[in-house]
Amino acid sequence: MQEVIAKDAESPLCISVEHVNRFFGKKQVLFDIRLGVPYSQILGLLGPSGSGKTTLVKVIAGIDTATSGNVWLLGEKMPKLLLMNKIGYMAQSDALYGELTAEENLRFFASMYNLRGAKQKQRIAEVMSLVNLSEHLKKQVKQYSGGMKRRLSLAISLLHEPQVLILDEPTVGIDPVLRKSIWNELYKLRDNGTTIIITTHVMDEVEKCDYLGMIHDGKLIASGTPNEIKNATSSNTIEEAFLYYGGASK
Amino acid sequence: MRVIAVMIRILLQLKHDKRTIGLMIFAPIFVLTLMSFIFNGSDYHPKIGITNAPNSFINKLEDNYARVTIYDESEAHEALNQAKVDAIINFESGVPNVKLEGSDPSKNGAVIKLIQNIMQQTSPTIKPDITYLYGYENMSSFDNFGPILIGFFVFFFVFLISGVSFLSERTSGTLERLLATPLHRWEIVMGYLLGFGAFTIIQSSFIAWYSINILGIMMVGSFMLVILITILTALVALTIGTFISAYADNELQMIQFIPLIVVPQVFFSGLFDLSTMDTWLQFIGRFMPLWYAADGLRNVMIRGKGWNDIQGDVYVLISICIFFIIANVITLKKYRKT
Repeated sequence: MQEVIAKDAESPLCISVEHVNRFFGKKQVLFDIRLGVPYSQILGLLGPSGSGKTTLVKVIAGIDTATSGNVWLLGEKMPKLLLMNKIGYMAQSDALYGELTAEENLRFFASMYNLRGAKQKQRIAEVMSLVNLSEHLKKQVKQYSGGMKRRLSLAISLLHEPQVLILDEPTVGIDPVLRKSIWNELYKLRDNGTTIIITTHVMDEVEKCDYLGMIHDGKLIASGTPNEIKNATSSNTIEEAFLYYGGASK
Repeated sequence: MRVIAVMIRILLQLKHDKRTIGLMIFAPIFVLTLMSFIFNGSDYHPKIGITNAPNSFINKLEDNYARVTIYDESEAHEALNQAKVDAIINFESGVPNVKLEGSDPSKNGAVIKLIQNIMQQTSPTIKPDITYLYGYENMSSFDNFGPILIGFFVFFFVFLISGVSFLSERTSGTLERLLATPLHRWEIVMGYLLGFGAFTIIQSSFIAWYSINILGIMMVGSFMLVILITILTALVALTIGTFISAYADNELQMIQFIPLIVVPQVFFSGLFDLSTMDTWLQFIGRFMPLWYAADGLRNVMIRGKGWNDIQGDVYVLISICIFFIIANVITLKKYRKT
């Protein structure tokens, strides 16, 4: 098992996961996860579906609670209601109100973060142009395509300019051109100080992250920069490395 | 305030879902109308068996469209037993002895009205002697159970719609998404209460108004008290519906709660006469919110009672509401601890 990511970093960690175990009844889905993410970095969590990625990000986002172990975020212990203001969360399933228009959805979630008035309007316009949906603002969400819903979910998670962004498979169903522009946006956010956790099982996205954590059967089987992981397993691609660890853990 | 945002969102969702609005308002109206047709049918022509009566009386009956059959004593009783006739009439020294079959209050009423009319015209001093084979004189009619039906339909539809909409909040992932915001658990619950509450004020008022003014359900009390009780009934249904939805995984399972949660309340709310049951069985009704709604509505609408007589019911309904609001806030802990 690998040590905490960037353990040698001088800077304090933005997110720190300490010995987190999670049981659902008798079934253990997370095993002693230790993970640290410095400020202004993108951490990619990689793993097959059912590996526990979503549970882990939910624990980090404060929606779920670890059975044992701690999660620290921005120097405070999770879960904490006030911290929710500083986290942007995009769920794996599009949590949108289909009967409402995109604008009504955005307004509703903006109000949840106490964003209102001119500021609300301005942010809605900004995030919608970011995900290229400005012209579909007045459309009912149930008329949206799958990719459009993903983009709207992303837009909602960005509304309140969170310091920490947690995205659960954000690019599923999004075409390569838009995916690229979303990644550019994520880089921009990172460079402006946002710390980002992103889960994926798309291998070509993995190389775009600053750090990677590989999860298999609820265990963090490898972590480090993409290059570190490749070197450690003398693989040419992350995919090979992942297969190496996946096989080795059995 | 976030509570207001939740409330507005619910009203917007309703606005976009015209069919649900239609269901919540017009389904109760439709069913109440059908029931008023069935129980208020004023054009019923009674079937009357005669063992002994003056010809003038028989002619009068036939003039009033009654279907008259002449029987001898034993035949008449058999006909009455088998409900072939609604009543048998036997004149003894000028006084009509009317024996009613009695199981159907609207038929009883029709027979009695007819005979009283005829006696008024011919010999107003003589009072017919009325007895019942089954049933009893003051058996319920639409007037009697109309108030319960108003309470019941408001309860039923609000229970169903609020339960299903809270359920879909859970299954669509929006509840989890909401709990990833700084929204307090109580804010969701209160937002739902206010959102549906605002809508049920309109729904309840309209249903009560329609029942009273269009269907002509007996109403001698204060309309505002009727509205107060129906709105409280709706809020109780709302809080119970959202609470129960936590134990359903999909809409079908929500429907499965109807026979468990809603139907028993109908039986114990007073729609059916319980006075012949064991006392402890009758007491079960006291555990059912609809009993209090029905009791309050009946007291206001039929007996014309005021605030003092129904405040007990109102307090119980409010308490049930508060109890389930708290239960809902606690249940949400399942999804987020804080």
